[in-house]
Amino acid sequence: MGQSRTSKPLVIPSSLSEGVKVVETVIEAIQPYGYSDTAQFAIRLALDEALANAIRHGNKSDESKNVTIDFSVDDEEIRITICDEGPGFHPDEIPDPTLDENLERPCGRGVMLMRAYMTEVFFNESGNCVTMIKRRDCQLPHVPED
Amino acid sequence: MAEGESRLTIENSEQIIRIGFLDRNILEEAAIQKIGDQVSDLIDSTPNPKILIDFSDVDHLSSAALGMLITINNRVRAKGGQLRLACIDPQIYEVFVITKLNKLFNICDSASQAMSSFK
Repeated sequence: MGQSRTSKPLVIPSSLSEGVKVVETVIEAIQPYGYSDTAQFAIRLALDEALANAIRHGNKSDESKNVTIDFSVDDEEIRITICDEGPGFHPDEIPDPTLDENLERPCGRGVMLMRAYMTEVFFNESGNCVTMIKRRDCQLPHVPED
Repeated sequence: MAEGESRLTIENSEQIIRIGFLDRNILEEAAIQKIGDQVSDLIDSTPNPKILIDFSDVDHLSSAALGMLITINNRVRAKGGQLRLACIDPQIYEVFVITKLNKLFNICDSASQAMSSFK
């Protein structure tokens, strides 16, 4: 605790294996700040989903297009912004994957999981940049009764 | 990881195919695709397949991995088989509950419980 703020911009080609390295870089960078295992699980999950969306859906896995990641961490919060070079999308138009009729669909859970685990998730107007914030005092996820 | 190298352990026991993972994180899509293909081959070559997927030592799953499990579940059911998931870490189990996929899958606390639950 009492660490000064760390921030780092990263630019990667649209490759999922590069995305995995970004996740490890961010997880390593937050270690000195003493975030809980639960928070680290949330960061790893949400970051992986956001990177997969940017690489696969945003940039269509075109390695000539980049994904830009800005992250910062301090004692209060972890903040990550991920932008791709795609046309963007409307996150509110994704069907609710928890409805009975959608449970057997193999896709469409990434944004829902990001929102379930992070304190705040918001997109820019065109939908090709997402910012995710995890505050230290965040109580999410709320897990429904089993 | 070498190209083509399997990241699964596969055992046949009492006509049940028991599958485990060598990796703690099941996140990378190419690896997930390969796992899905390998399990699908097993399902396709087995009449009424009984499949147990053991998540001991798995720390993280992505939504792509959940999608792969849904596809496997659909294929097993299409062949009149049964699928059980077992030994899921509590944090990962929460992901199943949040996505309501705990309703879709038959999830057991232990491998022995899963083995004895096949009909």
